[in-house]
Amino acid sequence: MAETTLPGMVPDTPVASRGYWSSVFRRLRGDWVTIFCLVVLLAIILSAVFAPWVAPVDPYKTSVIRRLKDIGTPGFPLGTDELGRDMLSRLIYGGRLSLLMGITPVINALVIGSLLGIVAGFVGGKVNMVIMRTVDVFYAFPSVLLAIAISGALGAGLVNSIVSLTIVFVPPITRVAESVTTSVRNLDFVEAARASGAGSWTIIRVHVLGNVLGPVFVFATGLISVSIILASGLSFLGLGVRPPEPEWGLMLNTLRQSIYVNPWVCALPGLMIFITSICFNMMSDGLRAAMDVRA
Amino acid sequence: MAYAAIGRDPRDRGGEAQPLLMVKGLLKYFPVLGGVLNRKVASVQAVDDVSFEVAKGETLGVVGESGCGKSTTARLLMRLIEPDAGSVIFDGEGVGEQHGLSVRDMRRSMQMVFQDSYASLNPRLTIEETIAFGPRVHGVSGKEARDRARALLGKVGLDPNLFVRRYPHELSGGQRQRINIARALALEPRLVIFDEAVSALDKSVEAQVLNLLNDLKRDMSLTYIFISHDLNVVRYISDRVLVMYLGKVVETGTVEAIYGNPRHPYTRALLSSMPSMDPAQRTTAPALTGDPPNPINPPSGCRFRTRCAFAEGVCAMVEPRLEIVADAERHAAACHMEIAGSGHSKAIPQLAPQIGPQITGAVA
Repeated sequence: MAETTLPGMVPDTPVASRGYWSSVFRRLRGDWVTIFCLVVLLAIILSAVFAPWVAPVDPYKTSVIRRLKDIGTPGFPLGTDELGRDMLSRLIYGGRLSLLMGITPVINALVIGSLLGIVAGFVGGKVNMVIMRTVDVFYAFPSVLLAIAISGALGAGLVNSIVSLTIVFVPPITRVAESVTTSVRNLDFVEAARASGAGSWTIIRVHVLGNVLGPVFVFATGLISVSIILASGLSFLGLGVRPPEPEWGLMLNTLRQSIYVNPWVCALPGLMIFITSICFNMMSDGLRAAMDVRA
Repeated sequence: MAYAAIGRDPRDRGGEAQPLLMVKGLLKYFPVLGGVLNRKVASVQAVDDVSFEVAKGETLGVVGESGCGKSTTARLLMRLIEPDAGSVIFDGEGVGEQHGLSVRDMRRSMQMVFQDSYASLNPRLTIEETIAFGPRVHGVSGKEARDRARALLGKVGLDPNLFVRRYPHELSGGQRQRINIARALALEPRLVIFDEAVSALDKSVEAQVLNLLNDLKRDMSLTYIFISHDLNVVRYISDRVLVMYLGKVVETGTVEAIYGNPRHPYTRALLSSMPSMDPAQRTTAPALTGDPPNPINPPSGCRFRTRCAFAEGVCAMVEPRLEIVADAERHAAACHMEIAGSGHSKAIPQLAPQIGPQITGAVA
């Protein structure tokens, strides 16, 4: 305690200080559900990325003689679809498009929405009113309807469905970013930063961003599951990717007609959508809990 | 603006005699929006024509009930809120005026410590980053700013080796407030405003921090404005006291004058509401009853008259000026009972006909 200069000080025991992120990590480590979801998601994402090496056979190879085989058929562990294509390979390849269509819109919306929300929340006044009221217009439509309407107007296709889903997710992210920014802006440390003579951009960069991006990021991970479901829905309706591309939603659509022939195989794409979205949701909950300091 | 009569010549720039801070006619009305078109329907008269001075090296205590405009005054001085009117002169230079001191430079010489020690520290930044932020903004190099942060931590009584890498949630309230003090001092200011800075601390920590403030003031030749509702704390730390009521200065003077010989009935009521340590001096009747009137629609004349035991007709009609009652103690009070010939039955009868009561409007 050589540095203490004043009498009456309580001597402080030297405890190794932990940073914010290391304490978040420590809490995440004890959360088995989140860890499990992370492992499952990682497996799905990695197998999608490395699909050509992971998938046992060509997902486009059709065969008339082995259509709608059961799960567990030798050579086809998850059976075959209505055109005799290997389900396992198609599900692995399908993850590529489904994850792309699920995650990309959320990332886009995260960037655009955070920007809009932080500007609206920090500047306030008329700027806030213009941004937030515009966002409210999009809120007036149910998200599914909005996605279908925009996709329908833009036409089917991968890029267009990503654009339409981005538009769907910008309003909720903007709103969360705006409300968090507004509450952070009124905290004393932002006032103190202004009192130090810092400009608005410095304050946003140093003091606002770090406190806003955390909650917004957690919220956005929760949206990924919705996005995957909506993307699958768009493909299901014929507004997303086109056959014969493997995509979970599209597969669900085409297999729907065979549901009485082999219901288990037909349900598999739906199961993948379900597993992926619930894992993203649980992970988002785990992150939220782990990032909530103030203890 | 009778108080200006006590002060020195404002043209006397620099030197001992020049007050470090001169505030003249500071005014802030917050608009109250309402109606269909969200138009201004009324205004809260938060700070209404406040003038005072702070001499170099002195500690000015500001006291008053909640909502009397103490904190608003502090924020107006720091320009965290734009004043509607009034001027602030820092060591002879008008703040934010042409050929004066820019707001940015003022913020280098004048710093503020906030009440909420938790909310005033960014939870995502380490202590070192928090303290070094101000100097970095003003162009100090990263290494020098960090060195300064470490030196300041030592000055506020925290071991730099233990604290630089810590985050606010790992610290106690007293430690956090020490960090806030260090952050305020990082820009090497000449004047520090403490807005209820020790109010949230428990008594023993409060005493430590008050002693720390006295030490820092001596070591770094600082000037303080100390805002508090705790009269004992203000008495301990201040040289001079400013009493505010509903956005107005009602009395000002040295600590001895205010605590020993309060002239304004509001000050007297405040002082008698202080819990006595002596059981023999137990107070029986409440000194001050009721809440302060609504600042949207303050009483006419003297704002205190609705709660004043001595209110008379003149109090409702004429707003009392801040009048010098004892020149030696720089003691002034805004009460008709102290203004000679004001028409109040307790006032000294008029001395000369030309110094009659001066009718003052909303802006004196």
